[in-house]
Amino acid sequence: MKKYTYTEQKDTRSGFGAGLLEAGRKNPNVVALCADLVGSLKMDPFIKEFPERFFQIGIAEANMIGIAAGMTIGGKIPFTGTFANFSTGRVYDQIRQSVAYSDKNVKICASHAGLTLGEDGATHQILEDIGMMKMLPGMTVINPCDFNQTKAATLAIAEFEGPVYLRFGRPVVPIFTDSDQKFEIGKAWMVNEGKDVSIFATGHLVWKAIQAGEILAEMGIDAEIINIHTIKPLDEKAILTSVAKTGCVVSAEEHNRLGGLGDSIAQLLARNNPTPQEYVAVDDSFGESGVPEQLMEKYGLNVDSIVKAAQKAIQRKGK
Amino acid sequence: MTSDIENLEQIATQVRRDIVRMVHGCQSGHPGGSLGCTDYLVALYFHIMTHNSDFNMDGTGEDLFFLSNGHISPVWYSVLARSGYFDISELATFRKINSRVQGHPATHEHLPGIRIASGSLGQGLSVAIGSALTKKLNNDNGLVFTLHGDGELQEGQIWEAAMFAPHNKVDNLISTIDFNGQQIDGPTEKVLSLGNLKAKWEAFGWDVLEMNGNDMSNIITTLELAKSKTGKGKPIMILMQTNMGHGVDFMMGSHKWHGVAPNDEQLAAALDQLQSTFKDY
Repeated sequence: MKKYTYTEQKDTRSGFGAGLLEAGRKNPNVVALCADLVGSLKMDPFIKEFPERFFQIGIAEANMIGIAAGMTIGGKIPFTGTFANFSTGRVYDQIRQSVAYSDKNVKICASHAGLTLGEDGATHQILEDIGMMKMLPGMTVINPCDFNQTKAATLAIAEFEGPVYLRFGRPVVPIFTDSDQKFEIGKAWMVNEGKDVSIFATGHLVWKAIQAGEILAEMGIDAEIINIHTIKPLDEKAILTSVAKTGCVVSAEEHNRLGGLGDSIAQLLARNNPTPQEYVAVDDSFGESGVPEQLMEKYGLNVDSIVKAAQKAIQRKGK
Repeated sequence: MTSDIENLEQIATQVRRDIVRMVHGCQSGHPGGSLGCTDYLVALYFHIMTHNSDFNMDGTGEDLFFLSNGHISPVWYSVLARSGYFDISELATFRKINSRVQGHPATHEHLPGIRIASGSLGQGLSVAIGSALTKKLNNDNGLVFTLHGDGELQEGQIWEAAMFAPHNKVDNLISTIDFNGQQIDGPTEKVLSLGNLKAKWEAFGWDVLEMNGNDMSNIITTLELAKSKTGKGKPIMILMQTNMGHGVDFMMGSHKWHGVAPNDEQLAAALDQLQSTFKDY
C-alpha cells in the first residue's frame, strides 16, 4: 500500500475559494454569483480583488441560475455559489432548461454537500444531487477529494467549455494530493494499485478509502484504490481495466446509494463485465443533525464500512 | 412614418398567416398568444432593434430579444424567418420530427436567432438580466428586450428577478408583458388574480409604460419612448394590452384558443381574414 501522509487539513470549499480567485486572475471573463452565502463559499478573496465581477443575488437561487445562463451570452464564465441543496434540488428546472438544454457555460459550484454539513440537519444535507445532475444530458459532474484537488478542479472547469456541477464540502479534511497537480476532467486518479478488490471512491470518501486500504493491507488484502473525481463523464476505461484485474468492486460516496457514483459504475459493469459490487453510500434515507464524524459512522460511511464492504466483495467473487 | 406603419402592418398580416398555417400543419401549438403578440414582435425585429440576421450567439453590439413565454414560438419563428435568420420554408417543419423548429424555442438544434431555451415559464427575465449585465461588463451599448405572458407572472422566479433588476440598476433592459388576461384554464382574474400590475412593478422600482399591443403606431411610439428611458438607472416594464388571437375573429379574446390548432375549415376561415401580403412559405 502506497503511503499517503498529510501535514495540513482544510475544507474543500476553501480549495474552491482559492481556485476561483486564481481563475479570476487568469481570465477576465470569469465572474462569480452568490445567493447570500459568500462566507460559506469562501468567495471573499475573489470579491475583494474583483468587486465589479461579483454579483450578490440575494436569497433567490432560481434567479441566480437564470442570470448565470444569460451572462454566458457575450462570453462571461459565471461561477454560481450556494449550498449543494440550493444549487440543485431547488433549481433543477432552471438548470435543466436554461443551462443544460441550452448548453450554457455555467459552473454550478456547490458547497456543504452530503452528511458532513453536520448540525443543520437533513433540510440542508442533500444526498441526491449527484444523481440529479448526472442525469442531465451534457452536464459534467465533479466531486474532488481535498483542498488541492478542489482548487485544481476549479481552475480546470474555468478552462472547460460547457455546463459543470462542482461539488465540495464543509468539513476540514486532510490535504493529501499534490498542490501542483494537473486536474484532468474525466480522468480517474490511481491512488493505489492492487489486485484483490477495486475501491472506487469520490469526494470525502477517498481519504477514508486510503485508511481502509492500509487496514486491508494488514489483513493481507491488496486493494486497488481509484479516485473518481469526475462522476460524469465516467472514466470507463480506468474502471473496466481495474475490475478486469480485481474481479470485485466497492464504491464509496457521500450520497444516496440510488443515483450516485455506485450506480454509474454498476451500469457500466452490467453492460460490459458484470461484477460483484458493494456500496458504501447512504441507504436511501435522509440525514439528521449531528457532528459530521458521528453522522458518517451512523450512516455507514466510515473506514470500517469500506473495510467490511471490501471483504464482502472479495467473498462474492466467482460465486 | 405612415408608409412605415403600413409596411409593418403588412408584415404582421403575413406573420399571422404563417402562425395559423404552422399550427394547422402540425395540429398543435399555441395560436392565441402568438397572434396577440404579432404586432409587437414585428415592430421589434423590423423597426426597433439593431440586430444581425447572420446569427452570432454572443450578439455583441446588437440588441437582444428573449422570449420568456416560449409557447408563443410560432410568432417568433415566423418573424425570425421573415427577417432573414433562416429560410421561411423551414416554418413548415414546426413541431415535426427532425426539425430545428421545436415546439418551444431551443438552442439545442442551433436554430439561428434563439439564444436560450424557454417553455418552462418564469425563467426568461433572469436570463435577460444576465445578458444585460454582461453587456454592461463588456461596455456594449446594445439593449435587451424580453416578452412575458401575464399568466407567467404567477411564477415566483419572475419576482426574484423583478427585485434584482432595479436594485442593481439594470437599465439596459426593456421588458414587456403580454397583458391579454387569459391563461390555459381561463381568465387570469379567475385563475389567480394579478392585481394592479402597474402598481406592483412600480413598487418594485421599475419604470412602467403602457401600450396597446395591437396598434402598430402605438407600439412604435411606446418602444421608442422606452428606448429613450434606458440608461437612467431603472429597468423598464411595458404593460402591453393585447387581444389573444388578434386578427382572426373567432379566435379573439378567448382562452380557448390558447393552445388549440384550427381544423381545415377554421384554417380557411382564418386565412380569408388574413390576405397574403408576402409569399406564403
